Amino acid sequence: MSTATERITVGETRRARRAPRETINRKKPLGQRIGRGVLTAIAIIGGLIWLFPTYWMFNYSLLGKDQLASRTPQAGPWPPTLSHYADILKSDSFWSALRMSLLIAVLTVIVALLFAFFSALAISRFRFRGRRILIVAVLVIQMVPAEALFISQYRMLDTWHLLNSVIGMTILYVGASLPFTVWMLKGFVDGVPVELEEAAMIDGCSRMGAFFRVTFPLLGSGLVASGIFAFLAAWNEYTLALVMLTKNSSRTLPLWLSAFTGGGPDQQTDWGLIMAGATLMAIPVIILFAFVQGRMATGLVGGAVKG
Amino acid sequence: MTTSEMVRRKPKRSKLPFLLVLPAVAIILLSMGYPLVNQLLQSFQKFGLAQQFGQPPEFVWFQNYFEVFTTADFWIAFLRSAIFCAVCASITMALGMGGAVLLTKIPRPVAVFVQIALLLAWAMPVLSSLQSFQLMFSTRAGIVPWFTSLFDADSANLNWLSHPLTFFTVAGLQVIWMSVPLVVFMLYASITQIDESMLEAAQLDGATGWQRFRSIIMPSIAPVLLLVSLLEVIWDIRVFTQIFVLQASSGISDQTDVLGTYIYRRGIMSSDYGVASAASVVMLIVSLALTWRYIRQFMKNEEEA
Repeated sequence: MSTATERITVGETRRARRAPRETINRKKPLGQRIGRGVLTAIAIIGGLIWLFPTYWMFNYSLLGKDQLASRTPQAGPWPPTLSHYADILKSDSFWSALRMSLLIAVLTVIVALLFAFFSALAISRFRFRGRRILIVAVLVIQMVPAEALFISQYRMLDTWHLLNSVIGMTILYVGASLPFTVWMLKGFVDGVPVELEEAAMIDGCSRMGAFFRVTFPLLGSGLVASGIFAFLAAWNEYTLALVMLTKNSSRTLPLWLSAFTGGGPDQQTDWGLIMAGATLMAIPVIILFAFVQGRMATGLVGGAVKG
Repeated sequence: MTTSEMVRRKPKRSKLPFLLVLPAVAIILLSMGYPLVNQLLQSFQKFGLAQQFGQPPEFVWFQNYFEVFTTADFWIAFLRSAIFCAVCASITMALGMGGAVLLTKIPRPVAVFVQIALLLAWAMPVLSSLQSFQLMFSTRAGIVPWFTSLFDADSANLNWLSHPLTFFTVAGLQVIWMSVPLVVFMLYASITQIDESMLEAAQLDGATGWQRFRSIIMPSIAPVLLLVSLLEVIWDIRVFTQIFVLQASSGISDQTDVLGTYIYRRGIMSSDYGVASAASVVMLIVSLALTWRYIRQFMKNEEEA
């Protein structure tokens, strides 16, 4: 499967196919060319439909007060205003949620990467008793839905006085992201020749020394990719955060954003503000996503992002 | 190969691999293993008023399960999840399949444009796009009610979120919108791996487009297709975020609960841990039953790769 998915990159098609296709094209009758035109039109419309919700979010985040009050939809933000962004950047609740989200996500990434590195080494470099069971367990665990465990996780954190805390949330997120970080890093460790470690050991390195001085630095891109996955999973996670972070002061960004419309149906909603908040939350995700998009399918199938 | 050589060279059993997996295993046991065991225990216990005043919970055997299975609310929520999942997963798969085939038939610049559009939709955080969908369907400012009012003036005042059917339509559209990109990319990747000469040979022999699709493309992408559709089913059956967030603005939570939100309401909001745990165990068993096929498929693909 990995061979099938690692090739996904925007715009990449097999080079070999281009040449024969163009020769066929020249011979194509009119009917086929019309057919191709129809398909192209469908593709463009489909692409626009898929872009629309994102464009609409961005558009409304820049609309002025008068345009927002109008009942006819505003196709474009002209003149654009940054006042909604300014309002959000002035609000304490946003900064508190951002701080909480960053703390939890960064801590999750650090702990998960370190522990996953150790496990990936064990699974990749050793054949030990229970290895196969461990691999199957990793796969099973990552498919356990958060909704099927959150009741007892809530009671566990409650007993330990860890509700509304960064530590409590990090423990749950590390547990949830370890399976796919281990799985991903294992692939990268497999790619580092074991001979390099052996050479270092002959030169006097200990086993662990060889792992840290030789293998770890060579995993660079693998660590970045799995780290970004763990970060995005924690940054976007909603369900567990909703259950465990019950105080307003401990909200993460998704909770903060969802609370915007919780006011009830008859209350006038400030869509400009909500869309500015939604855009602010999406920007770092889209930037990070661009780094890993080629591997996204592999990561997702490995359970990196849960529904 | 090289690893097995290393093991052969050192017949003495090393403790190192166990030490290496220890931290990860420990934290998974802590965050998931321990709650799992506790949840099983809780599902046999009763949490009533007395327990809120510090009494230890009472062991009641299968009473909670009995209650879960005889409560209409649970079955209705279960049914809603199942129908929602079936509808969303099949539409997602159909659109994804269509999109993947389409990508192979259109000029390159258009294909790149479509891929960027899909990628952007894929990257959007759920909460961000969910808010955008709420805006699009909102009664006062939404573009969808405005659009439908061009054909039917009354529909301008329809509140999409306050009727179960339209509520699930909004939730379903968001779920489909965010799920299609993965399906397109996975299927497109496996279609481009098909040997081009095979398709050309079939074309020269007079096979129509549909015949080529059925007899060459479908069998070649079958393993990936099965894997992706299983994933879609597993993800859609446990839909929570979309339903819960939309419920907050709809005011008809009782008519729109799915499995996840039912458990949340029963357990977290009403502190009825026993019954909620029993319902969770049922959900867990359903998910694992579905997952089992996924894991077998996954292992098979790994061995082939």
